[in-house]
Amino acid sequence: MSMQPDGRYIDNAPYDPAIDLSAIDREDMDASNARLVWRKFRRHRLGLISGVFLALCYIVLPFAGFIAPYTPNERSADFLYHPPQDIRFWHEGEFIGPYVYPTTAVADLENFRWSYDVDETRPMPLQFFCQGSTYSIAGFIPSNTHLVCAPVGATLFLWGSDRLGRDVFSRILYGAQLSLTVGLIGITVSFALGIFFGAIAGYFGGALDWTIQRAIEVLRSLPELPLWLALSAAVPSNWGPVAVFFIISIILGVLDWPGLARAVRAKFLALREEEFVRAAEMMGARPGRIIMRHMLPNFSSHLIASATLSIPAMILGETALSFLGLGLRAPAVSWGVMLNDAQNLASIEIYPWTAIPMLPIIVVVLAFNFLGDGLRDSLDPYKD
Amino acid sequence: MIFLRYAVYRLLTMVMTLWVVSILIFVIINLPPGDYLSNQIAELRATGQAEGVAKAEFLRKEYALDKPLWQQYLIWVGFVPGPQGYSGLIQGDFGWSFEFDRPVSEVVGDALWLTVLVNVSAVLFVYIVALPLGVLAAARSKTWVDYSAAFVGYLGLATPNFLLALILFYYGNKYLGLPIGGMMDPSFEGQPMSWAKVQSVLLHLIVPTFVIGTSGAAAMMQRLRANMLDELSKPYVETATAKGLPPARMLTKYPLRMAFNPFVADIGNLLPAMVSGSVLVSVVLGLQTIGPSLLTALKSQDQFLAGFVLMFVALLTLIGTMISDLLLVLLDPRIKYGERAR
Repeated sequence: MSMQPDGRYIDNAPYDPAIDLSAIDREDMDASNARLVWRKFRRHRLGLISGVFLALCYIVLPFAGFIAPYTPNERSADFLYHPPQDIRFWHEGEFIGPYVYPTTAVADLENFRWSYDVDETRPMPLQFFCQGSTYSIAGFIPSNTHLVCAPVGATLFLWGSDRLGRDVFSRILYGAQLSLTVGLIGITVSFALGIFFGAIAGYFGGALDWTIQRAIEVLRSLPELPLWLALSAAVPSNWGPVAVFFIISIILGVLDWPGLARAVRAKFLALREEEFVRAAEMMGARPGRIIMRHMLPNFSSHLIASATLSIPAMILGETALSFLGLGLRAPAVSWGVMLNDAQNLASIEIYPWTAIPMLPIIVVVLAFNFLGDGLRDSLDPYKD
Repeated sequence: MIFLRYAVYRLLTMVMTLWVVSILIFVIINLPPGDYLSNQIAELRATGQAEGVAKAEFLRKEYALDKPLWQQYLIWVGFVPGPQGYSGLIQGDFGWSFEFDRPVSEVVGDALWLTVLVNVSAVLFVYIVALPLGVLAAARSKTWVDYSAAFVGYLGLATPNFLLALILFYYGNKYLGLPIGGMMDPSFEGQPMSWAKVQSVLLHLIVPTFVIGTSGAAAMMQRLRANMLDELSKPYVETATAKGLPPARMLTKYPLRMAFNPFVADIGNLLPAMVSGSVLVSVVLGLQTIGPSLLTALKSQDQFLAGFVLMFVALLTLIGTMISDLLLVLLDPRIKYGERAR
């Protein structure tokens, strides 16, 4: 420390940028928006975990057939309503790796149902990377290698089997392929419509705006489910599962856009008065270009957050429609179709495992909600 | 007086909306190719039942199903005279249900009142649950009260309604002895109103109300909590606390009143979802509301029945929304009447 002639004190040590306290602030000034968002989002623990979980789910989707021990419509006629089996590692105090006990069906003539005797003397080790029934990876690469198969002469029903002796666990994996993509297709449709109508209403205003706003009000004031039901009742029953799947996702999206259109419109009304839009107009850019290149990117982050928050509604919608028998139909497998079997109290009482598909639904919907909340909170990094 | 003018204006917009909705519903109902009677006639012809064909043909004429679609629409609503003069929805003639072979009004009957009852009780449930929980969660924010309220709320949002219904029914019956299925004890059906019947209906209402209301209550609670937190961070709250106002009184005196307005207005946004929920839950639980008849009507293309039920559901929602708008204007003197300022 030395004193300057003008009376100021100055540290004699050379300047070290590493201990400069304002360095962090300065770095913030230079950091890109994405980086700031990421930094803030990282602190949102629940949102981060949900995001990672969902990413894993979607990555695994094409390989559902590989992980599942059975194919979705493979029936084990001797094992109807088989309760879930445990995978064990220790047999009589000795470690022999993952194995299951074989079971045999016994007719329970008192309650008129099948009960299963577990043969605890013969542990049967599971097979890994084994050959099983044929499936296709991502829908076009045929394969018959499974991650895990049932030992010969035994079954592997992790979460039990249903009324036709199909493996619930495998069906949930296959069902995820439809149930999780329904939301994505639906949200795409809803976004295309919502952004289109919201943008032209907000940008052009006038009579167009008035008409679109009235349409939004009418659609928003109607209960969605009865309309979904009515629309899906109109789907011809002779269409194939794939066509039905696409039309159902489109139906889910078609009724969902008004909320988004309203948000887009409000934002556009404000953005329209900004200088950069004026400037673009002055330079002769067309409305389409101004909307797509100058205005939309301004709140794309907001759009992503609201998309994440509307996907769960679509997943629940598909489940409800299929559950009522107006959505996807067998042989297509979705979580809603599976729950259709668990529709009555008797099956919940006697075969509680048929209701297991509700667990992935709840988990996925929660994850989307948490992720959406996290994104919404962190997408505006300058606000605190 | 100004309020009355606003009420009339709001009523008129509702009628206009209803008219647009009727077109929409008519189009949706007629989307599937063919109709109930043509299907039936083809089937009767194939099995050679001539007298049945005659009856179906008669019904076709009687309900103007042989006319072009736009004329069918006008007759259905009652804008133009049909084969027996003006007899459309406006005149109170809801048409004929081919599936049940009875007039629609007879088929739905009591179900209309029970539908209203279920939905009103669900709305009450939302208010009764969301108000104290929302305020409590805001007042004790970032404590276990807040977190557990949020957790229950999220769970309510994420669980599909129909599953919650089944599970609650099962456990409610097993541990609490709540009745399963239906709106009342079968012995009271068709009986005149009595105290015992009312009790039975109320007992049967518990589970459906809970199921339909949960997700709405969760959403409402979160919004009330957010509003309350906004208010609680304002300087006047600090002043009040500093001057020694007891916490409970401080909360209810101003912040609650400020946060209350959006709370009332929001029911208009929630109502469509709740009516949706009530349709679904009714089908699952076998309540005698119009939910199950809607499903059968849609599946068998029973167009007058389906059309009427959809119209009724829409009307219920629109009236609910209108009431919430009017209440908001009464509660909050700052709201401008009529058109929004641009």
